[in-house]
Amino acid sequence: MSEESILTNDVIVTRRDAAEGWLREAIEKRGQGLVNWGRKYSLFAYPFVTACCGMEFMSVWSPRYDIGRFGAEFPRFSPRQADLLWIVGTISHKQAPILRRVWDQMLEPKWAIAFGVCASTGGFYDNYSTVQGADQVIPIDLYIPGCPPRPEQVLDGLVLLQQKIQNEKGRVMA
Amino acid sequence: MAQVVLERLRRKFGDAILETTTDRGNECAVVAREKLAEVAEFLRDDRELAFDMPIDCTAVDWYQRRPVRFDVVWHVYSTTKHHRLRLKVRVSDEDPTVPSLTPIWRGMNWHEREAWDLYGIRFTGHPNLKRILLYEEFVGHPLRKDYPIDKRQPLIPLRKVRDVPTQRNPPPTRLNQP
Repeated sequence: MSEESILTNDVIVTRRDAAEGWLREAIEKRGQGLVNWGRKYSLFAYPFVTACCGMEFMSVWSPRYDIGRFGAEFPRFSPRQADLLWIVGTISHKQAPILRRVWDQMLEPKWAIAFGVCASTGGFYDNYSTVQGADQVIPIDLYIPGCPPRPEQVLDGLVLLQQKIQNEKGRVMA
Repeated sequence: MAQVVLERLRRKFGDAILETTTDRGNECAVVAREKLAEVAEFLRDDRELAFDMPIDCTAVDWYQRRPVRFDVVWHVYSTTKHHRLRLKVRVSDEDPTVPSLTPIWRGMNWHEREAWDLYGIRFTGHPNLKRILLYEEFVGHPLRKDYPIDKRQPLIPLRKVRDVPTQRNPPPTRLNQP
């Protein structure tokens, strides 16, 4: 270990760390691409569906548009088992704490997709009850506009998200 | 199409029916508040009228456009005779209470709760008058015309989100700010 790296914070300094951390180091140096490849093609979706976009959501899962060819078709209705949160439909202020809770229960690594304009920006519901975009509640990785978006648009967005996951750095262990 | 309804109402209750209108096939009777429960029971129990199905209950806020502020509106339908009726009661701001029609038509339960939630009309005799669409912590009745149009009451603290304007898509001027 070089002098500078000992002075910075992210270096293994004890022998115990060195013993326990060799696998992590190896993976972090070499395995990021592989790990990202695995993650992007095995997304477990949590369908947080509140409104009409759910209809298009269902048709994306249907055989015609087939999200299964991207590996993202497994819905998991427990946030503990899911890693991709699909926020489909309008989020009202009454629903916001529930969304927050579901997101907090998900384990890293996790991503969120705002499906449709209501989840992206509040849509055309600019009123007392609608949160103007689910990103006011949780951080979102991908916004798919549309009211509702065409299934092809959704799949295009999913491919973009997969590219984003592939290009992630420094996120091996979580 | 339900002229017979209006005629029978007028014949039986006379003064209590303040106004009747018919407009493009919609019959409407404006009733005095004190007689409302009687009128409703008569509508349900009478052989010829037989209004057995509650359709809706809602309110109108005239807010300064008219001296009496609210209109409470019920819609009922008869599945046997196939006629509809709209019942209206005018209530003022100082005393926005009205007898509940839930004891007469059970289906009015949730509609009256919605009118309470969004307009603040109190229904006396309602078995469970509490908010139905909004959350308990919400203060105010948002469909009243004096509820500020851009007032939000978030339940949890919201994250700050920055709109990134691009050259091709400058941000539009918004009527309501989030």
